[in-house]
Amino acid sequence: MIEFLLQPLTYAFIQRGLLAAVIVGVLCAVMGTYVVLRGMAFLGDALAHAILPGVAIAYLAGGNLLLGALTTAILVALGIGYFSRQGTIKEDTAIGILFAAALALGVALISSIRTYAVDLSHILFGNVLGVSIADLWLTAALGLLILVTVALLYRPFLIISFDPVLAATMRLPAELLRSVMLILLALTVVISLQTVGVGLAAAMLVTPAATAYLLTRRLLPMMLVSALIGAFSSLAGLYLSYYLNVVSGSAIVLTATAIFLVVFLLKRGKR
Amino acid sequence: MLTQTPHRLEIENISIAYGEKTILKNVSFQVPHGGRVAVVGPNGAGKSTLFKALVGLLPFTGGQILIHGLPLGHHQDCVAYIPQREEVDWRFPVTVRDVVAMGRYGKQGWFRRLARADREAVDRSLAEMQISNLAGASISDLSGGQQQRVFLARALAQDPHILLMDEPFTGVDLTTQEATFNLLDTLRAREVTAIISTHDLNLAATRFDLVLLLNKGVVSYGEPQEVLKQENLKRAFGSSLLVTENGALLVDECCPPDADHPHEHHTEAEELYD
Repeated sequence: MIEFLLQPLTYAFIQRGLLAAVIVGVLCAVMGTYVVLRGMAFLGDALAHAILPGVAIAYLAGGNLLLGALTTAILVALGIGYFSRQGTIKEDTAIGILFAAALALGVALISSIRTYAVDLSHILFGNVLGVSIADLWLTAALGLLILVTVALLYRPFLIISFDPVLAATMRLPAELLRSVMLILLALTVVISLQTVGVGLAAAMLVTPAATAYLLTRRLLPMMLVSALIGAFSSLAGLYLSYYLNVVSGSAIVLTATAIFLVVFLLKRGKR
Repeated sequence: MLTQTPHRLEIENISIAYGEKTILKNVSFQVPHGGRVAVVGPNGAGKSTLFKALVGLLPFTGGQILIHGLPLGHHQDCVAYIPQREEVDWRFPVTVRDVVAMGRYGKQGWFRRLARADREAVDRSLAEMQISNLAGASISDLSGGQQQRVFLARALAQDPHILLMDEPFTGVDLTTQEATFNLLDTLRAREVTAIISTHDLNLAATRFDLVLLLNKGVVSYGEPQEVLKQENLKRAFGSSLLVTENGALLVDECCPPDADHPHEHHTEAEELYD
């Protein structure tokens, strides 16, 4: 058994992949708590797809893919806020428009690359074993930034999510807080690009948090349980991917889904 | 506890619009400190809209809203708002105690642990609303009356100067209704001004100091017997007001065309003797 667990770790690139996967698992799970509670699943999915053009431009220009993704994600997050702010169009409509446009632009750009199929599959489904030392540092730094911000803004985020009117009577800057939350979400999605890819990032945002929602009755425990499930899914998924020789992103997401199904069925059995 | 004077609420000629559509026009009224005002009017009259403007959630044009003689926004958290029960996400993962503790966040900054004084205020509020035994319960496990008490307790914990309640008497049991009025009596002793919207004209006539009759603007404002007269009610409720032979007034509101309260689709009949 120990041999089974340690053997993959003899490779440095797998160690890096594991670390990155666990960081991503935890971050997605924590931000996912708000995604689930505020009904932002569609937004998370949209953000994940919307970073495609940024990645493509960075790739074509030979720049850092993560930075390219980061820039687009923040632009799209703010764009959605801008289009839906005055209530001119509904938020999910704004998301739908920007999401589809960004995805189309991204695919158009990537289709101009010669090694189209391989690169696209890495972006869509992640390439956790290709994580470089620099990527790992960037992931860890952004991850720390996100977690510290979430911890500092725990109460304001709780209030704007649970009771916007109370937020108004307390003179909380709700619009600003919502933008901060969107940017944190965008950062999380960008980081998760490496491990689960654009196509499956939304699952890592939603599934662990939804599982934790079934198991807990307070926000902080929900976040912690969600983080635990996210971390475990990433670890277990990566081992599965190593031994069964399947794509890492799929293995991670399917592990998280399996945990959700077990919890859901157990909970239903009790009633 | 209450340091700022003059202790009152003044609304001076404000209008509120959603985009192009004006909901309330030229609204003016003043409430003395400790006053208890019932806001009545047909569905779509702008009751909820007025409340949203009072808490600063909706922008208004024209005049100004003054609390203690100062414009809205100069006060940290002297307004407590108790939402309609349908507006709350009861499946949100918080306990009764969590919700009541939110009432203290504004006092203690947003980052520090709640001080002992805050925790005591939370305990006291829970005890006053007789829900101490439910402190650890998830809000999803509560009955309608209990849900209302949680928000009443939070308002108490907020230690407000002005309390706004949107339809607190719709769909609650008599015990909760009386608990609400007991709370209002407690708050009156602390000179807290209460503004409460209701469909129940009997309650408005008998248990409030002042009545604000709304329909897209102020139809009438003053003491209940002055305001709740046939001609005023006719102007506010229009064709949904029926006058029977013995002088009884019947307000029949079914299927409102205008969705001020989108969740209400039941018939409400209130009788009032003029």
